[in-house]
Amino acid sequence: MRPYDLAVVGAGPAGLACAVAAGRAGLRVVLVDGGPRLGGQYYRHAPPSYRATRPGVLHHGWRTFAALAAALPALDVDVRLRHRVWAAETAPDGLRLHCLAGDREETPVTFPAARLVVATGAHDRVLPFPGWDLPGVLTAGGAQALLKGELVLAGRKVVVAGTGPFLLPVAAGLAAAGARVRGVFEAGRTAGLAAHPGILLAHPGKLAEAAGYGLTLAAHRVPYRGRHAVVAAHGNTALTSVTVAKVDAGWGPIPGTERMVPCDTLAVGYGFTPQLELALQLGCATRTDADGGHIVAVDARQATDVPGVYAAGESTGVGGAPLALVEGRIAGLAAAGRPAPARLLRLRARLREFARALHAAYPVRDGWRGWLRDDTVVCRCEEVPYARLREALALGAADARSVKLLARPGMGPCQGRMCGYAVGRLAGSPEGLGHRPIAQPIRLADLARFEGDPT
Amino acid sequence: MNPLELVGASPEPPFEIVFAGTPVPAYPGQSIAAALQGAGIRAWRTTRVRARPRGLFCGIGVCFDCVVVVNGSATLRACLTEARPGDEVEPA
Amino acid sequence: MPDVVVIGSGVVGAACAYYAARAGLTVTVVDRGPVAGGTTGAGEGNILVSDKGPGAELDLATLSARLWRDLAAEVAGGAERPFGDLVEYEPKGGLVVAETPGILNALTGLADRQRVHGVTAVAVPPEDLRAYEPHLAGGLAGGVHYPQDAQVQPMLAAAHLIRLSGARTRTGAEVTGLLRGAGGRVTGVRTARGDIPAGAVVNAAGTWAGEIAAFAGLTLPVLPRRGFILVTEPVPPLIRHKVYTAAYVAGVASDDAGLETSAVVEGTKAGTVLIGASRERVGFDRTVSLPVLARLAAQATALFPRLADVRVIRTYCGFRPYCPDHLPVIGADRRTPGLFHACGHEGAGIGLAPATGRLIAAAIGGAEPPVDPAPFLPGRFAA
Repeated sequence: MRPYDLAVVGAGPAGLACAVAAGRAGLRVVLVDGGPRLGGQYYRHAPPSYRATRPGVLHHGWRTFAALAAALPALDVDVRLRHRVWAAETAPDGLRLHCLAGDREETPVTFPAARLVVATGAHDRVLPFPGWDLPGVLTAGGAQALLKGELVLAGRKVVVAGTGPFLLPVAAGLAAAGARVRGVFEAGRTAGLAAHPGILLAHPGKLAEAAGYGLTLAAHRVPYRGRHAVVAAHGNTALTSVTVAKVDAGWGPIPGTERMVPCDTLAVGYGFTPQLELALQLGCATRTDADGGHIVAVDARQATDVPGVYAAGESTGVGGAPLALVEGRIAGLAAAGRPAPARLLRLRARLREFARALHAAYPVRDGWRGWLRDDTVVCRCEEVPYARLREALALGAADARSVKLLARPGMGPCQGRMCGYAVGRLAGSPEGLGHRPIAQPIRLADLARFEGDPT
Repeated sequence: MNPLELVGASPEPPFEIVFAGTPVPAYPGQSIAAALQGAGIRAWRTTRVRARPRGLFCGIGVCFDCVVVVNGSATLRACLTEARPGDEVEPA
Repeated sequence: MPDVVVIGSGVVGAACAYYAARAGLTVTVVDRGPVAGGTTGAGEGNILVSDKGPGAELDLATLSARLWRDLAAEVAGGAERPFGDLVEYEPKGGLVVAETPGILNALTGLADRQRVHGVTAVAVPPEDLRAYEPHLAGGLAGGVHYPQDAQVQPMLAAAHLIRLSGARTRTGAEVTGLLRGAGGRVTGVRTARGDIPAGAVVNAAGTWAGEIAAFAGLTLPVLPRRGFILVTEPVPPLIRHKVYTAAYVAGVASDDAGLETSAVVEGTKAGTVLIGASRERVGFDRTVSLPVLARLAAQATALFPRLADVRVIRTYCGFRPYCPDHLPVIGADRRTPGLFHACGHEGAGIGLAPATGRLIAAAIGGAEPPVDPAPFLPGRFAA
């Protein structure tokens, strides 16, 4: 296979903007995404066979997506959807992207490319609490994905909880689509950004967007409560109610404030964790972000310290779609050897400043540990209870990896994507469990046939 | 209001898949997870250690909670696997 | 001041701490990282007698296998469960298979010589192989069953041995030098978190033991030999024994610096299947080698065709502490009084740990050694 000039991993805002910018600059691009349609998580939408006449109703910035998607066919961009990347590596003559194609066929395909952009986005960051493994408890992003991508409601009576402004579009979308949203419970302060009035005034679009969600919630009489958290979920074989408690500034539940809220669905999220495994496989340096999470370190051109490898979007710091679009464009231009216009660089700086303010306004406080009980499952895959983690720490584990080796959290199929943040925090190490040399499960037969050389 | 009305969708007619012996309708292009969820099925797997029910959690292919066995072959993430007419889906 | 400070909280250091404590000595264990975070944390937990030819190491291995079995049955330290449960001890036995009649000849010849040294080895004709392992590939020439082979979860084993030893544990304390007394005697360790004087110092730093020896001006030729392991998704029990091809025995004994792989396949209590084994001398390079992983996958599926559709979910690598003569270094370093070595066990550290601990405890306390210590003494490297 003739090497591509550029391989872009991820067809969300960053990857799309990158592929279009690079394609317009004349590069031959392969755009790879595991999903069935363009758009990633942010622009996730229903299949064309649904013939939606108002596809943008559930989205913010749909026109931007439509324009990017429409630009692709005229460019030399090879769009490869349903391609899950299981490994990325550097080779003497460029880079290699090893994929499994098809949603159940899993045909191994390798793309060689001179340059590569990691635009792999993020997934929900979750915290364990009693009952969070019951059917009916979903991540906030999961409930939204089901709605935007499949036009299915996660449930009829829904509670939305967690922290951060993302809870608002999730709740507003569910309410508009017919769910009864029993409340939005923000563990931090609802007016988190009010402490940064300058930031809000500098970003009137954000203010307007937030106001729009607020109006939707008000119209559906959805209460939005700050300093409240879902500290337990209840049900026998499926969710029937949650315990909501007032929490103090450190997220410790205030005794006597607990109340049961009947519901069939809980959509819960505590921010986002960037997907770094491909960048780590390639050996890219990382750094700690303002929210304590690990992100790929990039320079002004979105280049990592590995020659030919760039990163854009949430993998370089969770900052939302507008920032991802700008970073993607800059990365695409840089991969083509073109400087980014000064206007674009200024916009990136402003959006990053906004992201930093959001991280400062919606931190995860350690009080969630007080929600755990001995038998609370921390690792969903291996069903490791909190007591086992404490035993591991007592036996001499001192970081996430040694807790994993002694008690098995993170050893299951999800490879610590769900529990890694919590395990890292409980072990007192920020490192987490992000190192995954095999990014997607691969059949032994396919791995056995692997030859590395795509020609 | 429902989600289909909200976006003005008129999906092509559904076909049938089978979950643990029960017919479940699925729209063309829909994932197995969405079809099950749409039919009110919220748990479709039992865990190995504690025998607890599980279904959809992350919804985007990351958590591996929603795995099912499709047509007797290996385990697949229901949220990533598009339903095909006649699929026989069993708990993993 | 403790009687003994053990450098390294891997399984070998843990066993040294455990048997030293049983001999009545007070112990402190130091480690630059968390407990058992080095080679032990990357091991499969093998307790093997099957892969060793007749000689000193095999004697150490048979003693060690017996000690593991005894340990496993103990209910100690106020525990409700026997030690074996805590550390997932599984006396699963090993099955070595031969692809060709020629290899089978060599294998049964080895088994004959091992039996003389107390190894139980049962020849398995080809038609009986599937009674042992129902999913084995057809066409194999035969095999040998080794019921003494067993497995533990290595990190749990190390951590619980240290807990039972009652040793004081100082993790996150990198040793930066050795304290020296009169006549150059080693009198303790200097760590990044303070000095720890002690009556004796045990160098159980595994692959990094040469760096500790260098603090005393000594040369200890312990080198890293990298190995990868593939881990599959959990599956219903498919594989009962530790199953490997006879080529593995040759790989263990080889001196080749280049890549060698042989199929080693086993199930775990967690339902995953572990697949090894590769050997390369590439320093401490952790870069994942996809061609090595592919070879491991090819060999495992050739041995167990049923694995073809099972998915690999992760891989990890570790660095075996390799000595040029393939023997561990155990005992007092006569060049430097007060310093004892317990390192260089290559891929057999888990299996050989208890016997090593017994040897070290005897050497420090002046007791009768459980096996002849001479072949393992550090003096063999003295120029």
